[in-house]
Amino acid sequence: MADIAFSSTQQSVSDIQSHYMEMVQRRRLYGGLMLLIFVVMMVAGFYTVNERNAGGFWEGLHQIGDYPADVLSEAWENRAEMPALLLKYFPALIETINIAAVSTILGVFGGLYLSLLGTRGLAKWPRLIPLFRRISDIMRAVPEIVIALVLIFVLGGGPVPAMIAIAIHTAGALGKMFSEVAENADLKPVEGLASTGATWSQRMLLGVLPQVAPNYISYSLLRFEINIRASAILGFVGAGGLGYELRNAMAWGPGRFDEAAAIFILLFCTIVFFDQLSSRYRNRLTEGQAQ
Amino acid sequence: MTAVDINASKLAADSLFKRKRLVGFAIPAVIVTYLIYIFFSFDVAGLAGRANWNNAVTLASDSWSYKVHVTRDNRSGDVVYAVEGERKGLYPDGERPDWVSGDDVLTIDLGGDHIVRYLPDNRTEIEIPGFPLIEAQAEGRKVTSNLPDELPDWISASDRRIGITTEEGRITLTGARTEVFNYFPGWELFWFTLDSPYYGQSFTSIFFGQQIDPERSNVSGAANDFWYNKMWRHGDVAWAIGETILMAFLGTMGAAMIALPLAFLAAKRFSPFMLIRATTRRFFDFVRGVDALIWTVVLARAFGPGPLTGTLAILITDTGTFGKTFSEALENVDQRQIEGVSSTGAKPLQRYRFGVIPQVVPVLLAQILYFLESNTRSATIIGAITGGGIGLLLTQAIQTQKDWEEVAYYIVVIILMVMFMDWFSGWLRGKLIGRKD
Repeated sequence: MADIAFSSTQQSVSDIQSHYMEMVQRRRLYGGLMLLIFVVMMVAGFYTVNERNAGGFWEGLHQIGDYPADVLSEAWENRAEMPALLLKYFPALIETINIAAVSTILGVFGGLYLSLLGTRGLAKWPRLIPLFRRISDIMRAVPEIVIALVLIFVLGGGPVPAMIAIAIHTAGALGKMFSEVAENADLKPVEGLASTGATWSQRMLLGVLPQVAPNYISYSLLRFEINIRASAILGFVGAGGLGYELRNAMAWGPGRFDEAAAIFILLFCTIVFFDQLSSRYRNRLTEGQAQ
Repeated sequence: MTAVDINASKLAADSLFKRKRLVGFAIPAVIVTYLIYIFFSFDVAGLAGRANWNNAVTLASDSWSYKVHVTRDNRSGDVVYAVEGERKGLYPDGERPDWVSGDDVLTIDLGGDHIVRYLPDNRTEIEIPGFPLIEAQAEGRKVTSNLPDELPDWISASDRRIGITTEEGRITLTGARTEVFNYFPGWELFWFTLDSPYYGQSFTSIFFGQQIDPERSNVSGAANDFWYNKMWRHGDVAWAIGETILMAFLGTMGAAMIALPLAFLAAKRFSPFMLIRATTRRFFDFVRGVDALIWTVVLARAFGPGPLTGTLAILITDTGTFGKTFSEALENVDQRQIEGVSSTGAKPLQRYRFGVIPQVVPVLLAQILYFLESNTRSATIIGAITGGGIGLLLTQAIQTQKDWEEVAYYIVVIILMVMFMDWFSGWLRGKLIGRKD
């Protein structure tokens, strides 16, 4: 009796083992297949992209340092004028930062409204939650350049089209992130305020915002950092600021490379500076929350 | 003793409240001041003067409507019908829109009782309700008409050119040609151009009806004519979308593959040498700080314009970003799991494989998939600068400043593309590492 039971356990152990090995092998097979497909996609992708490019990868690879070398050597020759050039493009830098800052501020307000109106439990009109979510999805999906180019056609070049374009995208992107935070907010203060007869905006301002403020500020800082890059890029398609000056300086070609170098330096330093600044503040905010 | 303590803490609390109150007012005040400064710095007030509202009207009306031109060449007397006045939209010989009738006297019915007649000898009659019949004749380089001296603002007239704009359409007369534009809502010839046998056929008659073109089966013929539609170039748009997604995919994945080994070098736990760590981190910071814009500019010099340049620009910038976040993830790895694995006698490589990788993979994948979506947008923008993908098509269409319906089409396609990538990366994340909540 006991013997039979013992042999049946042994049976099932070896069963389990063979099952397990089989499963492991199947997993390995699937994993290997996935890897193979991935590698094929990467190789085929690079091949296609290379085919459709004006110059090939291998022909271009050894020239990669030529342009930076030209720019740097010319900038080094004219290094005496560099401070003057940096000063000359400083207003453009301020404009780029201003575009990023204003669009972040506008985007934060837009995102705030979209998130509060699109979060369950907080929304003013609960039936319209899907509508506000779709609005923020679409605003997030539009690349800045689309709105910027269309607005440049109507409003003419300058910082305003870039500002509007970035603000719209920022509002959509922050709307989603804010709403994820707001979903986890404690509803008790809101209910408490509601019992005193507070209006919707009072409930949000006094009940929800203090809870979510550290996260919101942290996300906004991250957005500001992203927006500086975006505003520089949009400048390149004609929306003012440092990117616009860069395009002009590049159009002049050799002989004016020192100007391009000055812009490169300003842009690089600005991005690194705000990067460090925002990551320091964000760390402080999230640490403060953890304690 | 206690009384003093209470007083002191009350004082502290009061000053704290005072400070908070001050901050509560100061922050909005600073923001408002800054916005006022921006209002003047960006010259928002002067914007209304600089803005070109005619452009806005063209854009708004042209993006959802089209016009059919009926043009008479006043020298030869030939009449040509063309959608948007383009060669691609030319009506084939012997065919014309059904709102044009007559042979010697061509009657063009613009709708709403607005009627234009092309008479022999380059004469034109225009009937507009509530306005006397307009008669005009083109003679050499001049246009004569019976228009009075006092004109309403929708008619502009000189002895060289007469322009009439009504709600139903526009009429322009010059010595060389007489043109009527009739407006219709919608995107013209979106499915098939006029030379395709499938033009004007309904969906059901293509799929279930009789064979229209004797040489091709209905479905493949229609698909072919749609794909190679000369007006909208659906095939090229699909290629451009694919190219943009490809740029984002290759850039993101390539960056992740390069960043992962480097991230080990930058993480304190796995890289004991301070110098290597610091160098890798500075490398990440540098690559990130230079930014996609400058990389695009620099790489375009070496590789020429095209999708490869965009791919590499995304790849290089994101190597920095990924390196930073990956190394942070590696720093936060739980030591116990590694110890557990090494207690079974695992070698270092096995310790990485079974102790470290399973812990960081979810974080890494989430990051990569998020960037895949965000890089689709970047690829659109970089494509506009370096000339690849849908970004290039969009800038080209905007620069011609007349094909606004194409611009609208591209915008819709771009939004759908980004939303699809957003959904797809979310779906993939769900499949690979489970839902977030």
